[in-house]
Amino acid sequence: MAAYFTSDSVRRSVDSFVVSRRTFLKASVATGGGLLLQFALPALARAAAAATEQSGATLNAFVRIAPDGVVTILAKNPEIGQGVKTMLPMLIAEELDVDWEQVRIEQAGLDTDKFGQQFAGGSRATPINWEPLRRVGAAGRQMLATAAAQTWGIPPAECVTGSGKVFHKASGRSASYGELASKAAGLPVPDLKSVKLKDPKDFKIIGHSKRSVDNPLIVTGRPLFGIDITHPGMLYAVFQKCSVFGGKLVNANTDEIKKLPNVRDAFVVKGGDDPQGLVDGVAIVADNWWAANKARESLQITWDEGATAAQSSAGYAEGAVQHAKSEPAVSLRKDGDAKSALANAARIVEAGYAYPFLPHLSMEPQNCTAEVRDGKVELWAPTQNPGPGRKIVAATLGVPESDVVVHMTRCGGGFGRRLRNDFMAESAWIAKVIGAPVKLVWNRTDDIQHDFYRPGGFHYLKAGLDSSGEISAFTDHFVTFGNNGRVADSATMSDAEFPAGHVEHLDYGMSLLPLGVPTGPLRAPRSNALAFVFQSFIDELAHAADKDPVEFRLALLAKSRPGASTAVDEGSLDSGRMSAVLKLVAEKSSWGKQKLPKGTGMGVAFYFSHLGYFAEVVQATVAPSGDVKVDKVWVAADVGSQIINPVNAENQVQGAVLDGLGSALHQEITIEHGRVVQANFDTVRPLRIGEAAPVEVHFLMTDHPPTGLGEPALPPAIPALCNAIYAATGKRIRKLPINTDDLKSA
Amino acid sequence: MPYSIQINGKRHTVDVDGDMPLLWVLRDALNLKGTKFGCGAGLCGACTVHVDGKPVRSCQMPVSRVANASVTTIEGIGNTSIGKRLQTAWLDIDVPQCGYCQGGQIMSAAALLTKTPHPTDRDIDTAMTGNICRCNTYLRIRAAIKKAASASSVDVGSL
Repeated sequence: MAAYFTSDSVRRSVDSFVVSRRTFLKASVATGGGLLLQFALPALARAAAAATEQSGATLNAFVRIAPDGVVTILAKNPEIGQGVKTMLPMLIAEELDVDWEQVRIEQAGLDTDKFGQQFAGGSRATPINWEPLRRVGAAGRQMLATAAAQTWGIPPAECVTGSGKVFHKASGRSASYGELASKAAGLPVPDLKSVKLKDPKDFKIIGHSKRSVDNPLIVTGRPLFGIDITHPGMLYAVFQKCSVFGGKLVNANTDEIKKLPNVRDAFVVKGGDDPQGLVDGVAIVADNWWAANKARESLQITWDEGATAAQSSAGYAEGAVQHAKSEPAVSLRKDGDAKSALANAARIVEAGYAYPFLPHLSMEPQNCTAEVRDGKVELWAPTQNPGPGRKIVAATLGVPESDVVVHMTRCGGGFGRRLRNDFMAESAWIAKVIGAPVKLVWNRTDDIQHDFYRPGGFHYLKAGLDSSGEISAFTDHFVTFGNNGRVADSATMSDAEFPAGHVEHLDYGMSLLPLGVPTGPLRAPRSNALAFVFQSFIDELAHAADKDPVEFRLALLAKSRPGASTAVDEGSLDSGRMSAVLKLVAEKSSWGKQKLPKGTGMGVAFYFSHLGYFAEVVQATVAPSGDVKVDKVWVAADVGSQIINPVNAENQVQGAVLDGLGSALHQEITIEHGRVVQANFDTVRPLRIGEAAPVEVHFLMTDHPPTGLGEPALPPAIPALCNAIYAATGKRIRKLPINTDDLKSA
Repeated sequence: MPYSIQINGKRHTVDVDGDMPLLWVLRDALNLKGTKFGCGAGLCGACTVHVDGKPVRSCQMPVSRVANASVTTIEGIGNTSIGKRLQTAWLDIDVPQCGYCQGGQIMSAAALLTKTPHPTDRDIDTAMTGNICRCNTYLRIRAAIKKAASASSVDVGSL
């Protein structure tokens, strides 16, 4: 049995979601009996609007209750391994007041009229849905209780619920939701804003570990992912694009390719200039994928490689050095008078930092199955962002969006790559030409060489310390990428980047290098690079000031200058919350209390991203050969008042930390002659099991609305490792990936 | 040409080119989708199956070379005690994130436990080094293998 009330914190949270008076809920009797609840809410978090093209959309969730009491809950967002297919239905089930064992979960298709925003990105699923989806469940509970009250001729207030049943204590009567569902469906729908939510202390599902609902299918090898889709009469396709970004096809030997065994067709595709859509290439369609892919060995294509062929990683680095000699082209932020403050500093610390382009490397290569029939398009797509996918397919094929149906499959990893839907446009086009269902599958080289990369970047930092060792001035000249004055996707830096607001005299400026390589968000975009730069340089300053790196950071956080800060909103760093996790991680790691062996060191870093506060300590050992071994990682996190699904929360944090360490140790995408050098997992290495150090995770519960966990644990792991290497060796890592040759002590 | 292969205890005949990798025979000719394509170069382990009990990368194994062999895939590994224990441990520990690599992980783990019933961390790291998990669930993979190793034999049946 649960008691219900609306606490102040919940009310605040409701307000922040701007639930309007137009909020409504529709109920109807589902086919075959039972209650179908269709809930609608207006556009929710402002933050989410930036992550998708949807704004002002409505959110609907479906709850279906069968006469036998089985509750079917639709999972509205794409599942890419972040656990939302389990977590979002938990929110509904909790307030509906059913047992988790009664619940069946179905993946929803793309229907933004019914479900509102449907995307996997920005760690937004939790902040966007925490409140509204619980209200969806609570409204259903209220309708079922009312149905029982009417049946029994008692006031609804006398009814209580629990485990999918309504009870009337005074008379000892009870009825199951299955029995009540049809009646409930005919009742007026409560205002979602007014429905009562549980006191969190009564949660039976939220805060209790629920294992990922697809796991029984995963461990037995059942079809589940986009690449597993199969249809009668389906053909298999590959698509060969120009290895130089933006290259145009001149001619290709498609007539010869068509004659190869099991090949059904081969044809030239002339596309546009936008890498997010269809570009030039050759499609090969065969009876099986292996035959289609093998036929590429005989493919001869003449390309006009275009202007990007002149670009290279070495060229970018040279360009950055040139920019560093002059003032930044654009000022991002100017507080006080950094120049004078530097001139008066007791000590100046100066350093250049650089990080490379990075791939996403989702384990399931990009793929999509499409069928075009009578002008209507149907797609089965492992996408993080189905709405824009539908749009680009409609534009590519010249059909209205209403004629494009998108089924979301489970994704074998996303990491931001599947926010772009180029593979959907390709498969739709090939299916249209071939007139049969087609499954397009990229090979690993396609996947690595036609990505939307985490952009590389260069930072030229200078800071002044006063005689007491405090930072008196701080400047950064950020050399990043962009064309015609427009910064490339995910290559920006916020003017609020820490320590902005904590140093009196501060300049951030930016210059742009032209870029022909497509870029895009990679797990914790921007933060995954900026954390390395700023938290490493702050570490340099701590050592230059001869201060303990934790104490130095705590003092810097405490020096908040509200007048100099940008507008206070949900995106601004709360120094108190960060200080608390920093203190916690120091305590849990026994920071400064251990005598470590020679070659072993501890490093600390913190970072605020995706509304999450993370402080991390890495202990690492550097061998005389320069090889780096991470011994252990401690994480302290504040993501608000509630960890919704603890078993998955820990998994996400551990995975994100190891992901960051793997990229810092091993990963780089190199551009030569306008194309990517790396081609498979031997040249761009994900972390392997022997390198996976224990990651101890601590959550600090605070009185703030819960926020997401897909990303924010990643950024601080990288500088914490680099700072540990400094502590172990005295050598500062200013360029990623870490070059172990530079760390040799022999 | 036609090849007769024994898969999960059942004989199948497929009419394909002899150099077609077992991975694609399983996936496209026999519609067994649990064995995954990850790299096509034997670098990631997502396509791991057992051929006569030994773990192999099916993307590198031409079908002509398994014509007289017995193949076990993730769809069939639950019919063994070790496979069932691993699947159960994987569920208990909630190992997967995206889940794409996990079939291959379980196949490599089953080969390990067959040879080394009580593996150390080092044994696990050595045996599993060919299997990439891009979500980095390695800590739980290690824990699940240990849990399966310490579990008593279980009845095999459907999960």
